[in-house]
Amino acid sequence: MDWLHWIAFAVFIVVFVLGMSMFGIWLERRGVARLQMRPGPNRAGPLGLLQPVADAVKILLKEDIVPERGDRLLHTLAPIVAFVPALMVFAVVPFWRGEGAGLVPDMNIGLVYLVAISSISIVGAFTAGWASNNKYSLMGAMRSMAQMVSYEVPLVLSLVGVALAAGSLSLVRIVEAQSVPFILLQPLGFLVYFLAALAELNRTPFDLLEAESEIVAGYHTEYSGMKFVMFYLGEYTHTLAAAAIGATLFLGGWKGPLLPPFLWFLIKVFALFVVIFWIRGTLPRLRVDQLMAFAWKFLLPLALVNIFLVAVEMSTQSLRTLWVMVAVNIVAGVLAVYLFSRLGRVRGGRVAV
Amino acid sequence: MGLGIVKGMALTLRHAFRPIITTQYPEEKLVPSKRIRAPQLVWEEDRCTVCASCAKACPQGNITIVSEPLPDNKYGMKHLEIDHGRCMFCGLCVEACPFDAIHMGRDYEQATYRRSLLVLTREEVRLSEKRKASGYFRPRFEAEMPPQTLLIYGEKKGK
Amino acid sequence: MALRTEPIVLNMGPQHPSTHGVFRMRVTFDGEVIVGLDPVFGYLHRGFDKLAESRTYTQFIPLTDRLDYLASMSNNFGYCLAVERLAGIEVPERAEYIRVIMAEMMRISSHLMAIGFFLNDCGAFFTPLLYMYREREKLLDLFDMVSGQRLTYNYMRIGGVSHDLPPEFLPALRKFVQEMPAFIDEYDQLLAENEILLARSKGVGILPREMAINASASGPVLRASGVKWDLRKKDPYSVYPRFDFDIPTAETGDCYDRYRVKVQEMRQSLRILEQALAQIPEGPVRAEGPHLVRPPRGEVYSRIEAPKGELGFYIVSDGSVAPYRLHVRGPSFINLTALREMCLGWKLADAIAILGSIDIVMGEVDR
Repeated sequence: MDWLHWIAFAVFIVVFVLGMSMFGIWLERRGVARLQMRPGPNRAGPLGLLQPVADAVKILLKEDIVPERGDRLLHTLAPIVAFVPALMVFAVVPFWRGEGAGLVPDMNIGLVYLVAISSISIVGAFTAGWASNNKYSLMGAMRSMAQMVSYEVPLVLSLVGVALAAGSLSLVRIVEAQSVPFILLQPLGFLVYFLAALAELNRTPFDLLEAESEIVAGYHTEYSGMKFVMFYLGEYTHTLAAAAIGATLFLGGWKGPLLPPFLWFLIKVFALFVVIFWIRGTLPRLRVDQLMAFAWKFLLPLALVNIFLVAVEMSTQSLRTLWVMVAVNIVAGVLAVYLFSRLGRVRGGRVAV
Repeated sequence: MGLGIVKGMALTLRHAFRPIITTQYPEEKLVPSKRIRAPQLVWEEDRCTVCASCAKACPQGNITIVSEPLPDNKYGMKHLEIDHGRCMFCGLCVEACPFDAIHMGRDYEQATYRRSLLVLTREEVRLSEKRKASGYFRPRFEAEMPPQTLLIYGEKKGK
Repeated sequence: MALRTEPIVLNMGPQHPSTHGVFRMRVTFDGEVIVGLDPVFGYLHRGFDKLAESRTYTQFIPLTDRLDYLASMSNNFGYCLAVERLAGIEVPERAEYIRVIMAEMMRISSHLMAIGFFLNDCGAFFTPLLYMYREREKLLDLFDMVSGQRLTYNYMRIGGVSHDLPPEFLPALRKFVQEMPAFIDEYDQLLAENEILLARSKGVGILPREMAINASASGPVLRASGVKWDLRKKDPYSVYPRFDFDIPTAETGDCYDRYRVKVQEMRQSLRILEQALAQIPEGPVRAEGPHLVRPPRGEVYSRIEAPKGELGFYIVSDGSVAPYRLHVRGPSFINLTALREMCLGWKLADAIAILGSIDIVMGEVDR
């Protein structure tokens, strides 16, 4: 009864992912607050656990405003287009051991599917900026589009390294091939993936999109009510999706001793999530031209170096002993980062007016 | 090379394990200073000679005093009104009083629902058990106030 | 065939999360590059000059608190100094030391806030700001102990200070002065070599030396452009000649230099505080004489080194209890005149960072 498996899984994913997003919102607010030596939300429900629920209820009760000369249809469509791809990522991520682990049992082009749908939310962001009929939103949308499109390239290239090491594009096979987690085999690849994913998610230090201090709120300035919830929750769902992909591809998915696989998966996803908001709490943000320079002059060469290294190692049989590969990779990774940080300079700065 | 960022993140992580320094307000309260200039003025009727020095010293003219002559050559207060809404609680009236008859209050939770309720008359500003005076410029009151919570010594809530 | 583009005019309006008060900039952009900038202010104008004409000299002191509301003691200090020069009143020594202690504590507090908000504008989501606020809370507790309030102190009077320090003040201040250098080192560890901060602020918003002098800039803005000019050394007032401290300067005049100069000034303020704590004598804290001051006819312009720059008071007296004319030279206002030159050619994010690094307070700009 294939369609029963399909419906059950779809419901499970939507409920589970949205639940995890709300938990992620709570965790982030309390975590960042703890870094700042304050408690964070602790009034709504025990330990503040109902805070996201309270936020959601508050936002739902707000009036839905569409700017007068904005495009109504696009204004309504944009949040949907920005939110749904995040949910679709979870269709292929394997949660536990075995073939029936994902919604789509063992899609054999899982990686290609991931790359394809992560590009869709860019369209949503730009549509939102355009339909708002607001200069701030338009500038925010332009910047976000430039940023997201540029960072797709290093992101995809880092995934190529994983596919080479595992010998397959299917996520289930990739997890099974990780007898040693790929983060040790390709630290450079993980670094490139992590930074590129942070930029795709519009997270600090790449969050000039929602830089409150600059352009108020970027492309979602003119959104209120349920549409804003889609953007807000969508951001956290995207973050969790990127963390889930990172955990699957680099940290070994559901593998681990002692505890049940599902729990290991959750631990790894939330470990990456903690690192993401730890970075958010510490670093200032980059300017838009520095962001572009970072993608094209630093991450892209590193991603290419990573592919080269992995290809060399995969093709020489004698280096197959895994721990030698780990050592070689770490040394090569550090060297590459050092070289490129010296070579690539951000030209830019003052333009003669 | 990224080392500066890593040092910064290490510092932030260290801070995550330090105790929190905020106070959960309605449940925990800090003890304010002994000389607190709370949003409250307190009038001691026994010492007041209705000279209106306080009204003259006020930069804004918040104190309205109307006096009436009493038998045996004294003045009595016919009408006293202090506008707590306009007052900026600078304390110049407290310093100006030659008889130590007007003081700053202690209680900082003074919100009302209407602005007109902030104009207080003589009965409402009188010194009493519920409306105590603070030690601003009044050493005799300063001596009996509790010690202040100081963050320098690591204190985060009143004892 | 070249693409025809049009510049857009963006109004970073009076209500904006990071314009440090009600400040408006009409910025003209060509893509993301700033080609024109017009500051518009006056949204907080309260008429200080006119208000002074109908208040006595002592009644005006609480109003000077509200000029640069983040550094009230310095404003009080400047005003009282001006009136004392006009009226020829001599201030007892203990009062002078107390004033210098208050002024230097105020400098530390104001610079902590300035740096914290500069980093906030650069994007560090409140974390450095909250760490600096922790130290500022300690200072505010001390101010609360002395004067009863945390923001508008009304502590100094013409002829001294209003009343003496409580006995718990000096030990607490000593503890603060001992612990603070470690905290400043912590802030340096968090930020001074942070690559992102360096990329955002090094070389950005350069104010060349000549332009800074021509624009009458003062304070950390001027010192970061390479001019070694500090009124505590060039035109000394009160008991500053008795203390031993340095004037930090920097060469380039970009945002990063302004940030470094402020951090170094905090360290120098701690040096002054240590020396003042060691030297403070006993004695009266207020000059004898009438509390209702009637200066003789004449005029005076007196200036001090406030945390934001040169704060000057010009007072004309006609012998009565209220000044005939009073004018405040607000340092933030004069520093702001160089904003347009500093911002042209940079991008939107830099305009915010430059504005944050100049460190303006709208109370002083608009008076």
